[in-house]
Amino acid sequence: MKCGKSIWGSKLMPEPVLSISRLDSHYGDFQALYGVDLTVHEGEVIAIIGANGAGKTTLMRSVSGLLKNRHEAICWKGQPIGALRADQIAALGIALVPEGRLLFASLSVEENLIIGGQTGRKGPWTLRRIYDLFPVLEERRNQPSTLLSGGQQQMVAIGRALMSNPVLMMMDEISLGLAPVVIKSIYAALPGIVSEGLTVIVVEQDIAKALSVSSRVTCLQEGRVSLEGYSEAVTREEISRAYFGI
Amino acid sequence: MDWVNAIVQGTLLGGLYALFAAGLSLIFGVMRLVNIAHGDLIVLSAYVTLTISAALGLNPLLSLVLVVPLMALLGYLMQRLILNRTMGEDILPPLLVTFGLSVIIQNALLVGYSADPQKLNAGAIETAAVPFGPITVGVMPLIVFVTAVVVIAALQWIFYRTALGRAFRATSDRQDIAQLMGLNRAHVFGMAMALSLAVTAVAGVFLGIRTSFDPAVGGSRLIFGFEAVIIGGLGNLWGTLCGGVILGIAQTVGAKIHPGYQILAGHLVFLLILAVRPRGLFPRMD
Amino acid sequence: MDTLKVSRATRLSTMAMVMLALIVVVMAAAPWWAGRADLRLFGEIFLYMSLATLWNLLAGYAGLVSVGQQAYVGLGGYVFFAATMLWGMSPFIAFPVAMVLGAAISAPIAFLIFRLRGAYFAIGTWVVAEVFRLSFAQVSALGGGSGTSLTTAIVKDLASGRDGREALAYWFALGLVVVVVGAVFFFLRSRQGVALTAIRDNELAASSLGIDVWRTKFLVYVVTAGLTTLTGALIFLQKLRISPDAAFSTNDWTAFVIFIVVIGGIGTIEGPIIGTLVFFALRETLADFGTIYLIALGFVAILIMLKTPNGLWGLVRGRRGIELFPLSQRVRGLSEKGT
Repeated sequence: MKCGKSIWGSKLMPEPVLSISRLDSHYGDFQALYGVDLTVHEGEVIAIIGANGAGKTTLMRSVSGLLKNRHEAICWKGQPIGALRADQIAALGIALVPEGRLLFASLSVEENLIIGGQTGRKGPWTLRRIYDLFPVLEERRNQPSTLLSGGQQQMVAIGRALMSNPVLMMMDEISLGLAPVVIKSIYAALPGIVSEGLTVIVVEQDIAKALSVSSRVTCLQEGRVSLEGYSEAVTREEISRAYFGI
Repeated sequence: MDWVNAIVQGTLLGGLYALFAAGLSLIFGVMRLVNIAHGDLIVLSAYVTLTISAALGLNPLLSLVLVVPLMALLGYLMQRLILNRTMGEDILPPLLVTFGLSVIIQNALLVGYSADPQKLNAGAIETAAVPFGPITVGVMPLIVFVTAVVVIAALQWIFYRTALGRAFRATSDRQDIAQLMGLNRAHVFGMAMALSLAVTAVAGVFLGIRTSFDPAVGGSRLIFGFEAVIIGGLGNLWGTLCGGVILGIAQTVGAKIHPGYQILAGHLVFLLILAVRPRGLFPRMD
Repeated sequence: MDTLKVSRATRLSTMAMVMLALIVVVMAAAPWWAGRADLRLFGEIFLYMSLATLWNLLAGYAGLVSVGQQAYVGLGGYVFFAATMLWGMSPFIAFPVAMVLGAAISAPIAFLIFRLRGAYFAIGTWVVAEVFRLSFAQVSALGGGSGTSLTTAIVKDLASGRDGREALAYWFALGLVVVVVGAVFFFLRSRQGVALTAIRDNELAASSLGIDVWRTKFLVYVVTAGLTTLTGALIFLQKLRISPDAAFSTNDWTAFVIFIVVIGGIGTIEGPIIGTLVFFALRETLADFGTIYLIALGFVAILIMLKTPNGLWGLVRGRRGIELFPLSQRVRGLSEKGT
């Protein structure tokens, strides 16, 4: 079955931008994902939750091309992309804000943002717009990114991803290690970002946060999908069962 | 006055060593690769220049216009077709593959050009000299030194002021994340090697004008370049220039004491600095 | 078999060890059945086998990729010549003296070059070899840059006739390879050897397990240097003539040795032995091609490094991990399918 067109080509539902089917991901001999399915439609905000080691980051690394997979396991707008290199996937309009931010230490704040636009994709996001979104970055544009606070670094990481004018932006644990007030200010920027028509996958440990920003939620447990549903409809019991397996 | 003269000549010689070293320093900075064939590629450049300037009747200095892009292209292809397959956590494959390349280049030159020493003839400029008070300085060594300064300034500019340099630094920091930015690592590495061999081409031409060369001299050029890099401190291009100068002075002063001590003195100063300042004089990189 | 047992030997390895012992016995008798030219060739093979085994211990197990072991080969040759010709020692004493001296000199060198990491360590070893070469070129008592020959008096001191001397040199070479391979084998089975393999597999994990990485590598470097120096002494006993360029030749004592180990299979005991045999088989058939032969060797080595980094032995050994030299511990009794 190539890219599941038979299911999604119908009139009932538009074709998803991203469809993952029966994805098995491996780190060497270690298997981290088992037959994961996920579909994302344009303009959606999807939350992925799960305990530590459930496979959330592996899923992000697989979609972004940092992990090689079966080519047909991941499809983008109907085309298989599972075995493409990360730079090829970035050029298609899939951006990742990686866990732990991982800014380039030898680049200044502004250079980190500029290199995000390396793909040359056209769209609403420019250096100017990023500075409007996070004014503090403009003040510190020429400083090495390592001198910034954690929250400011996270802003650079998000700005860096936006600079590629992505269709899909994946954010992996963007609140990890940040003070609650900082998390709040970063999430406050999210609606403005999404209103540009961006599709977003949010990986979060904070379940309440994840549910409040997303329309659908997928829970992973030990490398398998344990729950799928609409964020407003899932119950606390369902989540705790899917999350902890009890 | 003789000693002052030795130091001046050594400083100028250091410019040549900095040119040997700059390409080595560059690829180590971008991809942590140490190219054992680097010295043989310098010698290869000298032979390519020899052939081109003979065929076209060009002054070797002018033929740089052709040799530099030619060597850059060779570097790009070498990286994309061979060396990229060896890049990873294990240092053994790149080391042994570049070692194999070194032996291949050396012996291919032996087959093509024989073991007879050759020299590049740059004309009257070779013997021209300008007096600075009591010391006379050759025009050619002066050109070499100025070129070294210009080349290092240019590399510095590329590294810190251009998109390519940004890509180099980003890839050097985090290869995987750089890939997420849409940078093709294989291409970035290819460009780094191309740039390295462009510098190597310049170094090879100056080597061939300064002294006679044969296919076997590559090894010691690699060692001189390597010593300049380590003396100056990893990851610091201006430091590499200083390292080259220190090495050059050590050699000319050593030769002043006894002709047989020239090279030895350079090695001993290198080992001494390694003993006292293991990270070099101006380290920047871990 | 219900009980679990840990053992190293397999039926194959036991057979291989018996075969090896037989081969050594047959080869020991070579002076009675082989011609003079063959004897010289066998001797050379054993000397290269020793160099390859030692380099493999250094690079393949300890991760110390040296391109400067010619420093110790040349040192061995020069110390042997100096000890016999200048200091009036008996050749039989000169060998152990060379070995001890080589190990002793290598210790301060290790302190210095261990400051260089990875590939820079490799070039650092080369610098040391160059320092040795340039220094010995300054020693006029040993012929300076043009070198010197062993005097006939010393040659006669070894054995009276030419046949006797050549046989003796041959037995030394055979004895050396048995000692070197045996020493490496037992070293790798020892606690230190297991530590070494752990370091190779993961330096960080090994040091967190309390293995002193630096000391283990230092020990390997010094022991290898001593044995390489001894090999050098034997090489130049066979050659009877020494010069700085021949003694510290990068091609002869490093390039060939590295190619042998890479082609045979780095990081295994069998690899260097097989590599040496392949190397000499190729050399004996292609020697007329001279430089082309070296170019071809370079290509083969690169190809092997890219396609099958574990070399020829890696291909033979396959996934089942068969071993002629019983090194790995195997748990028996769990399931007998594998072995």
